[in-house]
Amino acid sequence: MDVTLSVNGVSRTASVEPRITLADVLRDELGLTGTHVGCEHGVCGACTVLLDGRSVRSCLLFAVQAAGQEVTTVEGLAAADGTLHPLQKAFHDAHGLQCGFCTPGFLMAARELLDENPSPTESEVRTWLSGNLCRCTGYQNIVDAVLLAAERMRGAP
Amino acid sequence: MTTRLFGERVARSEDRRLLTGRGRYTGDFEPAAAHAAFVRSDFAHARITGIDVAAAQAVPGVLDVFTYADLADGFADRLPLLVPSDKLIAPRTQHALAKDEACYAGEVLAMVVARDRYVAEDALERIVVEYEPLPAAVDLDRAAGPNAPLAHLDMTDNLAGLVTEETGDVDAAFAAAPHVYDWTLRMERSASMPIETRGVVARYDEREDRLLVHDATQAPTGVRFGLAMLFGMDPDRVHVVAPDVGGGFGVKVIQFYPEEVLVPWAARRLGVPVKWIEDRREHFLGSNHERGQIHHVHVGAADDGRILALEDRFLHDTGAYCSYGLILPIITAAQLPGPYDLENYRYELRSIFTNTVPTSPFRGAGRPHAAYVMERVIERVSKELNLDSLDVRRRNFVKEFPHHVGVTFQDGGPTVYDSGDYPKGLATLLEQLDLERTRTEIATARAEGRTVGLGFGAYVEGTGIGPYEGASVSINPDGTVSVATAHGSQGQAHETVFAQVVADELQVPFERVHVTTGDTRRLGFGVGTFASRTAVVAGNAVLLATTEVKRQAAAVAARILEVAPEDVVFADGAIHVAGAPDRSIPLGRLAMASNPTRYAFGADAEEGAKLSQLAYEGGDRPLPEGSHPGLAATEYYSPTSGVFGFGFHAALVEIDLETGHVDILRYVVHHDSGRIINPMVVEGQIHGGVAQGIGGALYERIAYGEEGQMLNATFMDFLMVTAAEMPRIEEVHTETPSPNNPLGIKGVGEAGTIPVSATIANAISDALNTPVDHMPVTPEEVLTLAGKIESP
Amino acid sequence: MKPAAFEYLAPRSVEEAVALLAERGEDAKVIAGGQSLVPMMAFRLATPAALVDLNGVSELDHARVDRDTLVLGATARHRSVQELAGLRERCAMVAEAVGLIGHPPIRNRGTAGGSIAHADPAAEWPALLLALDGEVDAMGPGGRRTIAAADLFRTYFTTALAPDEILTEVRLPLPAGAVGSAFVEVAQRHGDFAVAGAGALMIVADDGSVADARLVLIGVRDTAVRSVAAETILRGASPTDPVLDDATNAIRSEIDPVSDVHGSSAYRRRVAIAVARRAVTLARDRAHAAVA
Ligand SMILES: Cc1cc2nc3c(=O)[nH]c(=O)nc-3n(C[C@H](O)[C@H](O)[C@H](O)COP(=O)(O)OP(=O)(O)OC[C@H]3O[C@@H](n4cnc5c(N)ncnc54)[C@H](O)[C@@H]3O)c2cc1C
Ligand code: FES
Ligand code: FES
Repeated sequence: MDVTLSVNGVSRTASVEPRITLADVLRDELGLTGTHVGCEHGVCGACTVLLDGRSVRSCLLFAVQAAGQEVTTVEGLAAADGTLHPLQKAFHDAHGLQCGFCTPGFLMAARELLDENPSPTESEVRTWLSGNLCRCTGYQNIVDAVLLAAERMRGAP
Repeated sequence: MTTRLFGERVARSEDRRLLTGRGRYTGDFEPAAAHAAFVRSDFAHARITGIDVAAAQAVPGVLDVFTYADLADGFADRLPLLVPSDKLIAPRTQHALAKDEACYAGEVLAMVVARDRYVAEDALERIVVEYEPLPAAVDLDRAAGPNAPLAHLDMTDNLAGLVTEETGDVDAAFAAAPHVYDWTLRMERSASMPIETRGVVARYDEREDRLLVHDATQAPTGVRFGLAMLFGMDPDRVHVVAPDVGGGFGVKVIQFYPEEVLVPWAARRLGVPVKWIEDRREHFLGSNHERGQIHHVHVGAADDGRILALEDRFLHDTGAYCSYGLILPIITAAQLPGPYDLENYRYELRSIFTNTVPTSPFRGAGRPHAAYVMERVIERVSKELNLDSLDVRRRNFVKEFPHHVGVTFQDGGPTVYDSGDYPKGLATLLEQLDLERTRTEIATARAEGRTVGLGFGAYVEGTGIGPYEGASVSINPDGTVSVATAHGSQGQAHETVFAQVVADELQVPFERVHVTTGDTRRLGFGVGTFASRTAVVAGNAVLLATTEVKRQAAAVAARILEVAPEDVVFADGAIHVAGAPDRSIPLGRLAMASNPTRYAFGADAEEGAKLSQLAYEGGDRPLPEGSHPGLAATEYYSPTSGVFGFGFHAALVEIDLETGHVDILRYVVHHDSGRIINPMVVEGQIHGGVAQGIGGALYERIAYGEEGQMLNATFMDFLMVTAAEMPRIEEVHTETPSPNNPLGIKGVGEAGTIPVSATIANAISDALNTPVDHMPVTPEEVLTLAGKIESP
Repeated sequence: MKPAAFEYLAPRSVEEAVALLAERGEDAKVIAGGQSLVPMMAFRLATPAALVDLNGVSELDHARVDRDTLVLGATARHRSVQELAGLRERCAMVAEAVGLIGHPPIRNRGTAGGSIAHADPAAEWPALLLALDGEVDAMGPGGRRTIAAADLFRTYFTTALAPDEILTEVRLPLPAGAVGSAFVEVAQRHGDFAVAGAGALMIVADDGSVADARLVLIGVRDTAVRSVAAETILRGASPTDPVLDDATNAIRSEIDPVSDVHGSSAYRRRVAIAVARRAVTLARDRAHAAVA
């Protein structure tokens, strides 16, 4: 069946079977391979995207269920001119990524956090991000990157 | 002006693409390819008496279904033995598709290729396998004992290999030792568990007779040569690319996993690109594990805690097959002494087959066990003799270098520590910890009735082993520098640290150095990223190649500028006459000049073309003998032996005696990996290593039921730590350069992981005042140790 | 790990949903948040032939406090409950329990109704429903009926809902007065299903004695369970530490945890008693604070 959804502000239509997950449609039909798949059972968080502004597991959502809604992926995080989002910049500066496979999920989860709570404490960041697994970084620099981004975003006029 | 990036916290060049969703991982290639899926054995051990694929063949969208019967020639043979050894009594590797016996639950029996993965999985459900279940060897102790169920039908016991070695006179030392102890220590099975699973994508172009494989592997070069041999193809027509790889930690370097052979095979046979992206369930059941060992130590100690004699008889669980030979337990045995001078040391290792997923190195690779055993020995001896374990450590330290451990290293040579300063390392750790204050705090907490403990762990990490690694470096006409190495990268920042080395040597801006790793189209010879070897071995190869390019550049520039090659200097992306900075040539123009042919676009290039005539003027031919066009070199570095990093960890823990929860209040790390190219990258490696270590100490284990069924093959049940479980890591370091390589560096990839189990075990032991001889320590185990519940 | 094929049905009303479910028969399933169902479909442990998606049924999408009752439509997300203003002050147990469910992305999708229908013995919502003597509405081909919490949970993953019934609304009465409550659990990692958990609620009378007490436990047997023994000890008593000890020790006879890969029965028992004690203590202290 045909599904039309808005991805990063652009209306996209794909013809899919109902059983195809949103993650697979983003990656294989729409060519947005920034969203990664690490477990397909909702635990690792690599597939996290925003659905109408809220973080969701794109492996636990069928694409047909997202019809008519706004999906934001990691590809939609930077500004149109390529300027990195403060979170992306902070991940770079604080070495918040190694292999980068978990990174899109962390960025999307952190983006929702900062949208809701511009001044999280370290423990709030750790708790919020505990739904995302990273096997490389030991999380310390990810947490620091989110705190750094929050600080910079608060400082911005 | 000379700039120096070596030692600087340079932010990574690989980040931008990874942060914006433009990384290219194996699963991102060939979105329209056909997908493979595999039937895997339901039983840990069974005869396969029939496989009916007819119903699967009939599923619309299925291209074909294959079983062992479809394989011929080399494809029907057993997969290669990666590390042969004469101590290997029973080398066993698996077939790409099981022939008639499955030896672990998860072993591949049949392959489906279909339009997409959804359809491929539909077809899997329609394949009927007839099994004749056989008794399974699962428990390591039991498998090693008499009358054990046999892991392989054609064997009479489960012994894969046996090695014994001795240094000093162990029996005499025991006879003379005033104190003698016997202890047993166990470590359970775990796994690397990168967030990206394995994956292979293959495209065979019949008209060009070319095979292109994208493989999430740590070692693309070996895969390439292996496939070329199997297919009987010219290696120049086979290319393997390890693109961005989402973590490895050991599990992605086996050469060969069955899928690495079968996917290219199917692509050629079916004439369509074929893709296989392992799912998480398959990863648990079909990708290698590690860690299961049982040690029986016999210890002789002096009154002051010096270890006079140590004998370790241990069992290593190699799983159903042993493509890595005996390398894991040999690493354990060779690195067991750690920073201590054991004059009299003997080990006997027995590698045992079980009907479980095969094992191969996982970050730490046999060394976490070594550190755990040795550090528990130090603690227990100290406890028995009522001594401060830090004093006992100091008394036993190796003090002179190079130090001969007396047993064989993993590369087959002797184990020789190149350099180190253990007393200084320990002192640095204790300073950060503030030992006095910490001890006071512990006393206060205990007086309040809290259960707290402090533990230490020490390690030595042999890194940077051979045989070799290569690098090619070339200066491009636009002044950028291209660097290629053949090993794969899985997040270790090779693109950045190698660029730092090159930028320093050539004095070009860091941003102008572009590093490619893991693409056999760029460099065909190399070994792979494992054993904390890449920064050391490939890093030094990069240095050698850059030095050669520098020599070439200096020679050409000297001819043009009419000075001696010794009289030119590299600065600001150009080459200058020493003392006359205005007499200079930009490196890009020099690259043009060094290539006497015509293809100039733009003024700079025209200038370069003119210079080229100057450069080669007056010779007997356009390109003088001994020179070659362009500024480019490929060099290989082969280390004489491993180089040994070391370090100390400390953990302060608090235990909840009602729930068994262990809270890590502080975690302090000291490490010394020689000279450091990029401290930020090294710290990141340590953080990640410690997280895996803490997981291994408190949370992670692969659990098997009695019949050999894996009990926790999901991310809900295999418990990797999250940000909420991790303490903030405090990190300090010293730098004792290695005398063995030009850069003075040592590997660091596994350092973070190695001593964590030891450290946490010692901390828990200190808190509960009881030995901790089984890893991991789950909350239930804590309560059992504390005598709060009966052991199940 | 790709789900098997299914027919996707997106009704716009409860009536339509019920009709579709009835029409497709036993092989059809309702999907709400999908946070439990889709993982099972990925492992092909569930292979429904048709999915009736409730997410487009707007009449099910509500979450509010109606005077003294928390009213949740079937597609009210865990997250919508967290966002209700003043809920923590009104009933800390609910706020704390919901905060312990998984992680933000799970709570953004998963529903209270789905959790109750799923009936995982370690899940928080069934416990809340039991502790607060709540009820659910179910709509089937035969019409609407209301099921009290005590009649709902049968055993592991099994409720009194018929396969052709849809849970449409969950109602949880929130006690008023000098009430204190808490939800405490032990999970292996943050956000995991609990090894064991306890919700406690206490109302103290003017004389300081316990006017009402509720204690509910999860992860300790085939369903979430109210501890009648503990509540009996507490009611009417003065909630001193020894009384709380007695009450929490009384749960021993009512729990029967299984042994599995995450721990033995003995371990879960110990943890259950520990969390019960902590929850009851918090409830008492909060009730006292409410009096003051
Ligand atoms: C990583 C992870 C961690 C989690 N941790 C927790 C946790 O700690 N605690 C916890 O409680 N849960 C946890 N969950 C599960 C989560 O809370 C689920 O959302 C919840 O259990 C089910 O709700 P749902 O809306 O997602 O239901 P669905 O997955 O849509 O459905 C679950 C079942 O209920 C049926 N069903 C759903 N709605 C109705 C209805 N209205 N009428 C009739 N039948 C219905 C479905 O047919 C299905 O059988 C976790 C999930 C994940 C992926
Ligand atoms: S892939 Fe979706 S949570 Fe892991
Ligand atoms: S950076 Fe590799 S998994 Fe997080």
